[in-house]
Amino acid sequence: MANKKNKTNLERRDLLKGLAGVPVAGFFLLNLWQKIRRDKIKKSNLLSDLVQEKKAPAVVKSVSNSRQLNIGIIGYGGRGGHLVRGAGFATTAWTDKASENARKNKLDKQFETFMTQEDLNCSLVGVSDLFDVRADQGIDASKNETRPGGKPAVTAKKYPRYQDMLANDEIDAVIIATPDHWHAKIVIDAAKAGKHVYVEKGLTRTFDEAVDIYDVVKETGITFQLGHQNRQVEANEKAKQIYRQGLLGPVNLVEIATNRNSPWGAWVWNIHPKGNAKTIDWETFQEPSPNKIPFGEEALKRFFRWRCWFDYGTGLSGDLLSHDFDAINQIMDIGIPKYASSTGGVYFYKDGRDVPDTWNATFEYPDHKDGGLTLLYSATLSSANPRGNRIMGHDATMQMGGQSGGGSIHGFAVTADEYSTQYKERLNNGMINPSYPIMTYSPGSKDIDGVTSATSKYFANKGLLYTYRDGKRVDPTHLHVKDWLDSIRNGTQPRCNVDVAYHEAVACAMATESYLTGRRVEYDAKNRKLI
Amino acid sequence: MLYSSILERFNSIREREMNTLNPSIKSNQYQFYGLVTLRFLIGWHFLYEGIAKLLNPYWSSAAYLLDSKWIFSGIAKSIVSNPTLLTISDYLNMWGLTLVGISLVFGLFSRYGALVGMGLIMMYYLFAPPLVGLEYGKPNEGSYIVVNKNLIEACALWVLYVFPTSQYIGIDRFMNNETKN
Repeated sequence: MANKKNKTNLERRDLLKGLAGVPVAGFFLLNLWQKIRRDKIKKSNLLSDLVQEKKAPAVVKSVSNSRQLNIGIIGYGGRGGHLVRGAGFATTAWTDKASENARKNKLDKQFETFMTQEDLNCSLVGVSDLFDVRADQGIDASKNETRPGGKPAVTAKKYPRYQDMLANDEIDAVIIATPDHWHAKIVIDAAKAGKHVYVEKGLTRTFDEAVDIYDVVKETGITFQLGHQNRQVEANEKAKQIYRQGLLGPVNLVEIATNRNSPWGAWVWNIHPKGNAKTIDWETFQEPSPNKIPFGEEALKRFFRWRCWFDYGTGLSGDLLSHDFDAINQIMDIGIPKYASSTGGVYFYKDGRDVPDTWNATFEYPDHKDGGLTLLYSATLSSANPRGNRIMGHDATMQMGGQSGGGSIHGFAVTADEYSTQYKERLNNGMINPSYPIMTYSPGSKDIDGVTSATSKYFANKGLLYTYRDGKRVDPTHLHVKDWLDSIRNGTQPRCNVDVAYHEAVACAMATESYLTGRRVEYDAKNRKLI
Repeated sequence: MLYSSILERFNSIREREMNTLNPSIKSNQYQFYGLVTLRFLIGWHFLYEGIAKLLNPYWSSAAYLLDSKWIFSGIAKSIVSNPTLLTISDYLNMWGLTLVGISLVFGLFSRYGALVGMGLIMMYYLFAPPLVGLEYGKPNEGSYIVVNKNLIEACALWVLYVFPTSQYIGIDRFMNNETKN
């Protein structure tokens, strides 16, 4: 009897010792369950409760195969080359280098992104550039077989005069990527010739030219797209939903910024060794500019670094303010400001330029629905401190781009305001902590790629280099060109049509005018005039 | 022939280990339960590290690998650049940590669990060691030079490997009749 009891005791002790981990695991599971439950409550308070649409924007419906289109490029420079790549044509030099980069650095996805982009069912049939070397590169791109969709059907023709290209009836549409001072004339000529137009930003050099473009596009009914590829960036569409839902509360101040700190970023671009009086048509180049100079060393500098002079562009205004202004217009539908004023100067790059390298502009919207709105733009070309853009609401602030670290490319973070009215209860019961974002958005965070150069990083933070569709990396420039071509085929309006293009052009022109005249500029919407 | 001689050799090592290590750790209760507690704590840590990753659909080993420095940074980069390898690395981490955690907490094959855990943590250490001159994107939660918590945890697992306790406290007890009592 005693023996049996002893044995049972022994067995029980055995069992207890063998299963000693069970209570530990039980305690663990209890804690895990509490943690999961708490996280769930927190999430429901912060996310599902707040953001109605949680899914990423759908992929643009593919209609690229319905009708073949013939396109021409006017101005095949750095940007023109990128746009034509967006349409599916890259130079052999580019594909060779990109594939070599991919071989050397497995994280470099540029080549893969290009080769996997959708074939837009178009042919590059005409190239026009005032610099012969560039025109030849465009021809080379038109016949390069390394491209999505395989061997091109035709080789492009070189047009020294763009007017001859517009006279070709086989051409359906043109991409215009010349310096800004040529935009208005070419857009008007193209629209009158019945060609659909994709034109690079900034839309025009002057206010009057913007009005002319607006009118001619409306009169002719062509399909018009301005080159703000941010319109295709997923994060901006997401930000728009959040703003529209009122999650930020009333917004009275928006800050946008440019922070660059490299010669390239300040438009000190290389002067091509083959650039000379024979290869460059200088007289045609300076035809629409207010001041003319004879061809020589200074002219060469101006030809390749045209963004540094008001004769050909508007510097920070048309090049960089325009992007960020348009992104805010995309998110908040702010339209044209009532007043603009700006100040700045050439404080760092004393290389003969006349456009400012440090520049601040304010735009006033006294009639904005939130009671009134100030848009503040601050730019420097001598510091790369990533300030990012901020939409500052009474209830929460949205910080876009410019975040350091975390591998977040063109995402944003929304942080509740300590004194918010909307979130008062949640702040009081500790459900929302104003020190941490209530929501962060960084698309493609599982898809890592190496964006290496400083300029690439600048654009990636602004969301201008890559965006994500269904988790796949795509070049927004490609999506923007596709949006334009699809709209031509469907007879619909592309995302950056002439209405929103006009907003950007007028806002930028007002700020430029203010800098040049030293006074506050007002927009008279009724008479379409600057006062 | 060869196989049976290897098995014989293995068994004799195992027997010797059991005989030399076990009585000594059992002789002092404080030492013994200290080791058991260490096993529970490390097991708990592994288990939550694994489960937290399993529960997070966005977790990936990519960020850690991308920040890798020193001799394994090249390997880290090729893992990240290859989606298949990255997926394998993600699963190995998530499930490796979870299973090692279960093994240590329940005392199930705990010696092997400790060995695998030590291997995992040594990998974390070697892919990003706090050596002088190496700087990382992510800030540390403490101050380290050469020695960090990973190295210490790996060393603690080595202690658990050479002083096994699961044949007394743990499911392994049911598999080792001779060690009962």
